Amino acid sequence: MHADPRALRFSAAVTVVVLALVLVTGGAWLLAFQAVVFALGAFGASPYGMIFKEIVKSPPRELEDATPPRFAQGVGLFFALVGLIGYVTQITPLALGATAAALFAAFLNAAFGLCLGCEMFLIVRRLLPAAK
Amino acid sequence: MVLITLAVATMAGVVIRRRDGVPREAGGDVERLTSGDLDAPLGERATLVQFSSAFCQPCRATRRILSEVTEMVPGVAHVEIDAETRLDLVRSLNVLRTPTVLILDASGRVVRRASGQPRKADVIGALGLAVGE
Repeated sequence: MHADPRALRFSAAVTVVVLALVLVTGGAWLLAFQAVVFALGAFGASPYGMIFKEIVKSPPRELEDATPPRFAQGVGLFFALVGLIGYVTQITPLALGATAAALFAAFLNAAFGLCLGCEMFLIVRRLLPAAK
Repeated sequence: MVLITLAVATMAGVVIRRRDGVPREAGGDVERLTSGDLDAPLGERATLVQFSSAFCQPCRATRRILSEVTEMVPGVAHVEIDAETRLDLVRSLNVLRTPTVLILDASGRVVRRASGQPRKADVIGALGLAVGE
């Protein structure tokens, strides 16, 4: 499966705005919304990506493999869920820390095209036993 | 909070982008890889070893760059290793990211190492060191 890199960058930019709003307003519902978006993105159906496809009709110059960004959306979902737990249990450092971590990664993706979630893969995999 | 996060992310992004794919001297113990380690023969003059993984965006572009270089420079082999199936090598060489490219001389000694997608000119420059030109 392949993805339009422009749609991925656009989605990352929208994610940056949403997560920044979560931090500014302390809106747990907005974070829950973003968690759903991450979950859909992990299944290759990012709503932000669909918005991009509605607006931009021109075909991308090149496509890229959709597996890494989908994995990264899963990592984003993990941080969003940790942040939600923080908001629900009112452990503020947890809520802010996890949300800021997700914002950090989304911004690196939007501004520099770096996929931090993808970088996590090998580091996590190294910690697990070699058995396949 | 938002501004601090974005400021730190910007700095991190600039640093990562600047360091990305630049071949550096392999720090610590000098490693030597054999064709047995790689499950592939070493190049006659030099070998480019690329660690890749399934969740790696720049691996494809890196593969293209390295195969272009091996076509250009005779006696250079390109060996791609799936990091996930060779965790033994990943751990012993302390590979943290994919792609990581090792540039080996004819004897298999790791001369340079680049993490992130390398530029073609940098790879050619590092190869020059490996073949002793």
